[in-house]
Amino acid sequence: MPAYYLEALTVTLGIVLLVAEAFVPGKQKSWVGLAAIVGLLGVLGLTIWAIGPDRATEAKPWTKFALWDLYKFDATARFYKILALVSAIFVLILAIDYRSILSRYTGETNDENGTAEYYSLIVIATSAMMWMASAKNLSMLFVSLELLTVTFYILVAFMKRNVGSLEAGVKYLILGALSTGFLVYGMAWIYGATGSLSLDIITIAASTSAPATPLLFGIALMIIALGFKVGAAPMHFWIPDVYQGAPTPTTAFLSIGSKGAGFMALMSVMAPFAASPFAAKLYGVVSILACITLVVGNFGAIPQNNFKRLLAYSSIANAGFLLLAVAANRDGSTSLSSPQLVGFYLASYLLMTMAAFFILSILRVQCGSDNIDALDGLSKRNPILAVAVTIIMASLAGVPLTVGFVGKFFVFRAAMEAGMVVPVVIAAITAAAGFYYYFKILRAVWWNAPNHKEAIPLDGSSIFTFALTFLTIAILVFGMWPQPLMNLIK
Amino acid sequence: MSSFLFLIPFLAAIAIIFGSPARLTARGAAIATFLLGLFAAASYDNTALWSYKISALAIPSLDIAFGFLNGTSAVMVALAVIVMLAAVFTGKAPEGRDKLYFSSSLLIGAGAIGAFVSTDLFFFYAFHELALIPTFLMIGLLGRGSRKEIAWKITIYLGVGSLILLAGLVWLASEAGTYNMIAMLEAQKAGTLQIDPTTQKSIAALLIVGFGTLVSLFPFHSWAAPAYASAPAPTAMLHAGVLKKFGLYGMMQLAVPLLPIGMNAWLTPLLVLLLGNILWVGLVTINQKRLDSMLGHSSVMHMGYIFLALAAVVASNAAGKTNDFGIPAATILMFAHGISIAMLFGLADRIERSTGTLDFSDLGGLAKPAPVLAFLFGIAGMASLGLPGLANFSGEVMVFLAGFDGRDATAPLGPVQIATILSLWGVVISAVYVLRAYRQTFQGPTVNSTVSATDLTLMEKIPALLLAIALLVVGIYPRILLQLLS
Repeated sequence: MPAYYLEALTVTLGIVLLVAEAFVPGKQKSWVGLAAIVGLLGVLGLTIWAIGPDRATEAKPWTKFALWDLYKFDATARFYKILALVSAIFVLILAIDYRSILSRYTGETNDENGTAEYYSLIVIATSAMMWMASAKNLSMLFVSLELLTVTFYILVAFMKRNVGSLEAGVKYLILGALSTGFLVYGMAWIYGATGSLSLDIITIAASTSAPATPLLFGIALMIIALGFKVGAAPMHFWIPDVYQGAPTPTTAFLSIGSKGAGFMALMSVMAPFAASPFAAKLYGVVSILACITLVVGNFGAIPQNNFKRLLAYSSIANAGFLLLAVAANRDGSTSLSSPQLVGFYLASYLLMTMAAFFILSILRVQCGSDNIDALDGLSKRNPILAVAVTIIMASLAGVPLTVGFVGKFFVFRAAMEAGMVVPVVIAAITAAAGFYYYFKILRAVWWNAPNHKEAIPLDGSSIFTFALTFLTIAILVFGMWPQPLMNLIK
Repeated sequence: MSSFLFLIPFLAAIAIIFGSPARLTARGAAIATFLLGLFAAASYDNTALWSYKISALAIPSLDIAFGFLNGTSAVMVALAVIVMLAAVFTGKAPEGRDKLYFSSSLLIGAGAIGAFVSTDLFFFYAFHELALIPTFLMIGLLGRGSRKEIAWKITIYLGVGSLILLAGLVWLASEAGTYNMIAMLEAQKAGTLQIDPTTQKSIAALLIVGFGTLVSLFPFHSWAAPAYASAPAPTAMLHAGVLKKFGLYGMMQLAVPLLPIGMNAWLTPLLVLLLGNILWVGLVTINQKRLDSMLGHSSVMHMGYIFLALAAVVASNAAGKTNDFGIPAATILMFAHGISIAMLFGLADRIERSTGTLDFSDLGGLAKPAPVLAFLFGIAGMASLGLPGLANFSGEVMVFLAGFDGRDATAPLGPVQIATILSLWGVVISAVYVLRAYRQTFQGPTVNSTVSATDLTLMEKIPALLLAIALLVVGIYPRILLQLLS
């Protein structure tokens, strides 16, 4: 099956859901979400059979399409498509659970009329991420990134009767537009220097003929723009506010899917320069960005009392670790390559951050609060959930035998191999700060007494329980046996 | 087979969390691990039986690998299973918390055993961390005094220490090109692993600080005494007795053999720090007003001797000689200290439950109502001050011999010898605080709190006797452990 069917099917699914939404009764809109989950699971299954022209056993017309000049399909692309699909599926589960809050701020409280578009928007954003994973041309990259960003403008501001959500939407819109400007401007400079938008041709030009100054200027602008998308300091100022204001499923999607796509794009545009004469300069800049991001993210998280805001800073901090992996610029000849590292880290980040957002969402729905103190005394209210929260936070902090540790471990290792001693020291110090703020949550769970008059036990729906159990077990299993995840990223 | 050493307590802990009767399961699992552990230690060199690995990741190669590196691993496993058995028979779970109480003890034990039988660097590190989490939880939830602050403090201290250690281990592994500890040691012996001296020096610094924080090397020790004073008895026994030895074990198995030049470069600072443990912390110990806090400090102090044995090995290696006493001395002392401090913490907890206090000013004359308790406490106390006939004596004597081993008699005294002579004063210091503590607790007239104290029941005698026997056997016949090391 030609690989581009995957995107085509996903877009079709999104549009069909949008149309179908009109015919579903107002109180049963969650069916749209369930249909979206089933559809995406189907697409996820199909990724196994998807192939590019190089793998086609017989000559079919589609193998000669000019599309393949813009679109690549290799193991990395497949991996990022899977990542996008899996995160979208979990976000949809989260959104179905969250629909009571969504409908409160979108339409009448007694029906779900305002909520169903939300599911189809998620599906469309997913198709953009999948597409981006295959882009091998700057124009393609730009179009898919814009599709993603525009969808997110709506997803962030979706709760139209909530001031926080609207404010977040406006902030995201303005800064997003600004970063798009940087991106296009950078692309224009690169085009001017190399005469092409194709990443393959840029790769050749970068190591031979092209003038260095305009190239460097162009790539610098693009790093700024993509740094904004992934939340690298000092382009991170929007993250805490937007994450806090946006509906929780959107925040989860922003923090996982959008960040993953941003790193995918960052690596695509940096790859042509990995072996060029000015690679050291370029990756040096990224490693400085990584250090600033690590410091800002980890130390910014320390004073937070709002769980959602804490996760926003945690997302910045994790972007720092990912940038460190990018900056290490390993070609994979001796051990893991940088794209593999980033892929593994993103997969581990997906598991634990998604699980944390599930906890956050149930807090919002059942306790009406995003604050850490809503977790007070959870060990008495719901011991099993308390154990799950412990595992999730331990993984985020990077305690061994969890997947979070394995990811951090690989990044440290690669950076050490690349001789980046100072960034590794900074990363180690900031990771220690991580212990403090993630364990703040455990302190609330285990040591503080419940602060509500009637203790809310936080029992989730069965789909919620299933998803959270799945994620928690995956955190432990992949922490001890990372090989299956690694097989995906070959 | 060696994976069972880890799996029995680990699975039992999980079973307890999911509702299996806590006390019964914990004790059954500890007895099973005890028997298996002693058998394993006795036959550790049968690699066909005990070595085992499954691949966790192909590139970079990580294996879940279990086995014994050498005799020291076997001794440490023996220590861990003995103390774990004693720990689950000691103390009393607070009402309604027995799940947490017993499963934590098993998890700490499982983590420690896992670390001692791991031959892959990755899991060696990981198992230790696994054991720290229940330690934090136990102190934070069931500790004495200002438990939340203390739990917080050790979380930060040990978390930071572990990360520094991790940086050092990762660096070491990337220099060695493998995570397999056996392969590393063999490459070192064969001379194929030559780490550049500057790199060695940096790695050694990271390992000394990282492992040193975990072992409470001066000046990274301030977490230890309050934590042990606050921790519930089994946790204090397992952490001070077993888990803390992880750092020394790591120094001995990795830093000393693999980084000879790097360690030698830091020899003098290390000697100063370990004298800080022995003399400075020793004097602080004398000044303690509470029994638990005194025991916590004394445990920090004794770490200095073990570091001294390792320093002697480093100095001899650098001079191109072999030190016959260093490694055996460190191993025996680790074992002896682990057993004696576990016994002291166990009995101190019993004293508190029976009298309601551990302040020296409120105690006295306890030997009258509780003669067996006094006798057993005496044995452990005498062991820890190094009375001949008990295990610690053999260890400490060998440490002092190691300090002078292979010295050219005509040459002036080197830094190690000077440190050894100074550290002999530590023996006097420990005699002072142990005997004072004993006098103030057990001798003299009975006071309010001790009048109605009861003696040990049969069930309470079991763990203390088990540990006392271990101390006596090794004290009288140290060859039982030494033959494992040759």
